Amino acid sequence: MSVTDHAITARQARLSTLAKAPAARLCALFAAYAPDLPAHEMLRAPEIGTVMLRGRAGAKGAPFNLGEMTVTRCAVRLSSGAVGHGHVQGRDKDAARAAALIDALCEDGQVSAIEAAILAPLRAEAEALRQARATRAAATKVEFFTMVRGDNA
Amino acid sequence: MYVAVKGGERAIDNAHAWLAEERRGDTGVAELSIAQIREQLALSVARVMAEGSLYDPDLAALAIKQARGDLIEAVFLIRAYRTTLPRFGASNPVETAQMVCDRRISATFKDLPGGQILGPTFDYTHRLLDFALAAEGLDPAPAPQVAAPDGTLPHVTDFLAREDLIQPEVDGPATPRDLTREPLDFPADRPLRLQALTRGDEGFVLSMAYSTQRGYGRNHPFVGELRIGTVAVEMDIPELGFAIDLGEVVLTECETVNQFMGSKTEPPQFTRGYGLVFGQSERKAISMALVDRALRWEELGEDNVGAPAQDVEFVLYHADNVQATGFLEHIKLPHYVDFQSELELIRRLRAEAQAGQAREAAE
Amino acid sequence: MSAVQLEGGFAHLSHDAAHAFRAALQTMARPGRIETLALARPPAPCSPAAGALILALCDTTTPIHLAPSHEDAGLRAWIAFHTGAPLVAPEDAMFALGTWGALCPVDRFAIGTSAYPDRAATLIVEMDALEAKGTVLHGPGIKGRAALSLPEVAAFQDNRRRFPLGFDCYFTSGDRLAGLPRSTHVEG
Repeated sequence: MSVTDHAITARQARLSTLAKAPAARLCALFAAYAPDLPAHEMLRAPEIGTVMLRGRAGAKGAPFNLGEMTVTRCAVRLSSGAVGHGHVQGRDKDAARAAALIDALCEDGQVSAIEAAILAPLRAEAEALRQARATRAAATKVEFFTMVRGDNA
Repeated sequence: MYVAVKGGERAIDNAHAWLAEERRGDTGVAELSIAQIREQLALSVARVMAEGSLYDPDLAALAIKQARGDLIEAVFLIRAYRTTLPRFGASNPVETAQMVCDRRISATFKDLPGGQILGPTFDYTHRLLDFALAAEGLDPAPAPQVAAPDGTLPHVTDFLAREDLIQPEVDGPATPRDLTREPLDFPADRPLRLQALTRGDEGFVLSMAYSTQRGYGRNHPFVGELRIGTVAVEMDIPELGFAIDLGEVVLTECETVNQFMGSKTEPPQFTRGYGLVFGQSERKAISMALVDRALRWEELGEDNVGAPAQDVEFVLYHADNVQATGFLEHIKLPHYVDFQSELELIRRLRAEAQAGQAREAAE
Repeated sequence: MSAVQLEGGFAHLSHDAAHAFRAALQTMARPGRIETLALARPPAPCSPAAGALILALCDTTTPIHLAPSHEDAGLRAWIAFHTGAPLVAPEDAMFALGTWGALCPVDRFAIGTSAYPDRAATLIVEMDALEAKGTVLHGPGIKGRAALSLPEVAAFQDNRRRFPLGFDCYFTSGDRLAGLPRSTHVEG
């Protein structure tokens, strides 16, 4: 993978983590990391809207409109010129602004610090929730017994 | 036809004030919170999201509280609120093959790869009222946990497809028609029908599905697979130049497998029905798949046996409960002038009939 | 995408959009009236008034045609970022932006149909100057007579003859905005 591809994949990963994060948790981690907001200009003020979700007929066929999902988005530019985009699921303008600022700070060279302070904790918490559900689901997997013919054992 | 009348503003204000009191009920009883509804009435929330066509559990919970538990009223509130939000775009089609499944069962294959995962289902409860739930403060013990395998679960229909035993799905326009943007118009292609069904009234779709099983339509459906879990939502962002995840949603997916007799040119193959619904909405997803299959009779070259579930106009025009209740409840509006003319007509007809009878008696 | 192409949108979304919409409404309802609209800072060559109109009226469902005078990568990116509106050929446009010369010939733009007269294009005509004098107007929304510095007369008289079909126009210059609906009589 080229350097650019790697950078894109990394950015996709962090934007994905930020989008799915619980809003209150995202804001709290960001406030702890940057109690004073970095100087920035709004390219797009936080805006609540929807995205139309699509499914496919038979999971593989023609796309159809399933219904909309709420999303809040924001775009900022730091005084250094770095641009950040935030998209979060749901209706939380503060979370969208935090996500945009976090993205911008990462574009501005603070990736390692933010990874440790914000992204890694969010991923770990999401993974813990996922594990809690996955292990419960696995416990409900049916173990079939085959009926043994012959003498009563 | 209704007519406009004036007056009643004070009565309306007072009605709203009393509605607020009734909604709250006995103030000695704790007030319902949005979080409580979202957490503990999750299946009502799922229905309101599905029929309101808006995935936002907190909003659905608020609508349920405001509607005092009337779910169609709650759907109405959600539909209205949705119109105030700008639409940023459309997602890429969700990949249900990548679903992280809470529940995944098949009625067609016992030992499918990944196994039968029951999930938090009502299926094996005995439907006995549990009076222990009437006591509060007794949190359930943590559910048993077992090491979970990595990876995702393949679709059962893939195995049938590999042997060419099931009809393949055909692709369609990347931008499907949208009922939220243009009025329902016929002919309605399959993507439009699926949108209408997923947001249609659960009771109506259930009854239509049931009718296909009772012989009004000749499909014998098998549940090839039913899965409930979370899928990622991905969208292309032009200003970034690549696609990103915007979040994740809980979906219920049902694939039914139905028989097809084949023709002179086509060997026999199984055919498909498909249901996909927001939230944990199993009954709705299965019903949707059955009705989807029934409505496909024409493109599959089957006969129209006159079943209501095969009548695409009947099904789609009556599936939307907000439209239905809108027209139904409008008859409460003042129709005084219409009725007055009816009243006068009936009195005149009766008078003429009585005069006629009196004349005959005299002769 | 460099930031100079993204800044300049509405600072307070619902508030600014409402103000911009009100200005659009007033100018279309009262031809000859000039409003000030300075809520947007689009990249050149788009004027602030035209930029605000686009932000208020355009979204993913309103295809826009950019005339050659306004065919600019920075402007395209700004419109895409703030509205998501697809850019199309004149025949398919719901909105068209350009100087009058670049928009001509205007018979390429949609004029609606008998069943749907509203399915017509709205032209946003960028001008060097915009004054309430020059061509005399009368008709709906005008008490007696009004005047507006239109770029020409013939095209608008032709348009009026097609009523109820026809396109509708906004005229923009800097932060000044005026409107000319298809119902206005333009005096030669």
